[in-house]
Amino acid sequence: MKTALERLYNGIIKENPTLVLMLGMCPTLAVTTSAMNGLGMGLSTCFVLMLSNLIISLLRKFIPESVRMPAYIVVIASFVTIVELLMQAYVRSLYASLGLYIPLIVVNCIIMGRAESYASKNPPVASFFDGLGMGLGFTLALTIIGAIRELLGAGTLFGFNIMPDSYEPISIMIMAPGAFFVLAVLTALQNKLGAPSATNKKGSKSSCAGNCAGCGAACAFRTEIPEGGDGK
Amino acid sequence: MKLNMSISPHVRDKDSTQSIMMDVAIALIPSVAIGIYYGGWRAALILALSIASCVLCEFLYEKLMHKPVTIRDWSAVVTGMILGANLYSTAPIWLPILGGAFAIIVVKMLYGGLGQNFMNPACAARCFLLISFPSIMTSYPTLDGVSSATPLTAFASGESVMLEDLLLGNHVGTIGETSVIAILVGFIYLVCRRVISPKIPVCTVASAALFIFIFGNMAGETVTLSYMTVQLLSGGLLFGAVFMATDYVTAPVTNWGQVIYAVVIGLLVAFIRIFGGSTEGMSYAIIIANLLTPLLEKATKPKPFGIKKESAAK
Repeated sequence: MKTALERLYNGIIKENPTLVLMLGMCPTLAVTTSAMNGLGMGLSTCFVLMLSNLIISLLRKFIPESVRMPAYIVVIASFVTIVELLMQAYVRSLYASLGLYIPLIVVNCIIMGRAESYASKNPPVASFFDGLGMGLGFTLALTIIGAIRELLGAGTLFGFNIMPDSYEPISIMIMAPGAFFVLAVLTALQNKLGAPSATNKKGSKSSCAGNCAGCGAACAFRTEIPEGGDGK
Repeated sequence: MKLNMSISPHVRDKDSTQSIMMDVAIALIPSVAIGIYYGGWRAALILALSIASCVLCEFLYEKLMHKPVTIRDWSAVVTGMILGANLYSTAPIWLPILGGAFAIIVVKMLYGGLGQNFMNPACAARCFLLISFPSIMTSYPTLDGVSSATPLTAFASGESVMLEDLLLGNHVGTIGETSVIAILVGFIYLVCRRVISPKIPVCTVASAALFIFIFGNMAGETVTLSYMTVQLLSGGLLFGAVFMATDYVTAPVTNWGQVIYAVVIGLLVAFIRIFGGSTEGMSYAIIIANLLTPLLEKATKPKPFGIKKESAAK
């Protein structure tokens, strides 16, 4: 139980995949045009992350070192297909607005990163909660970014009109530049408040925090992924 | 006696950021005055709000960040004047305030203040407003109580445009861009005061003329003398070429760099006007060319005197 809570805290706050590790930038910047899109993307990624972590952890003794990447991708892609078909069946509007980004969850580097750096080395329950924590952290970050962009760019929140009628939506906020503005301002605030962030070492001394350039220590992302092709 | 200790070269020059910026502000006065003459108190209000917003944002940002306050260098005033001159006199009053805040805080201060910004703040703010509020930014004011389109739009829909109206500024446009004569007065003042060299504005307009001619023919327009006149003398082309493309910070410093930069602006503005959806395009052309500035400076770096070429040395 203690590990589970620690993993949840780690994923949501300490090593938040989006706001601290700065992973999975493609969906973060592309789909967060509204709070609902952010939430939908976050939860579907969370689902894939939990189950793929669980399965990969269960299979970690059986997957040969040299073909582990293709093996992970098979597992992840299976769950992404399940999510895609379920969304197509039950949440049509969300499915339509996320579009191509649902199949692209397969190549989301958070999922691959957790499989590589955590699930392949740790027992199933801890891996499951690691996936849950990371997924919820991702969901939280995407929902916050989506909510800010939707509020400024459309004057609504989860589709409800909450700004006064005289408010003129700043439509650049729901276009591509808005995503960069919001993410940059959030990161600046994290730094200012001393919260864990990719550029604030104070907040995350113990972990690599994705800051590979300033790290130098043996880090899963850095030392192991390039060896993926060691069969050659 | 106060002694200054510093490493050579010891440059002594009366020019300072402040004196240059004041010259630009003075050069802007004729254009702005014409805008106020035709636009009335509303145009003056838009300009005043834009300037106030820029200066106040610079002051507040620097106070909050515990940095030296630089509002006395007049650069924020110039940014505010240019931004205000780029808006219609009928703009809602929050538009110049928001634009000024974006220009100063996002484009200038977040990148490190004057000298560090990679885009012209006023130009970037105009593009920000244009993308965010397309309907407000293109709703033209009425002139003498008669609603009409800008000369570029009117000409595109087949109406004729009077040349003297273009020269004097008696037509629909943003506050600063209407009068060709006023812009030329500012241009001559800046050149005489050696604040800008005529290179960038002249090359920009010349290349815009050339490419508008070429693209116009390619697009099957009837390129007549009056077509070229309206294209060159109306809209933001001249104002942008004189006041926005010549910004020290965002234009290249090398001779050939400036020429290529100016030609790129002319090319882009012709391309956007003729093949794009908008009849304008100067602001976009300038900020895109701003992005090329570091590359142009690198490519056109002059050879130091007496140093052999690398290939010859090897």
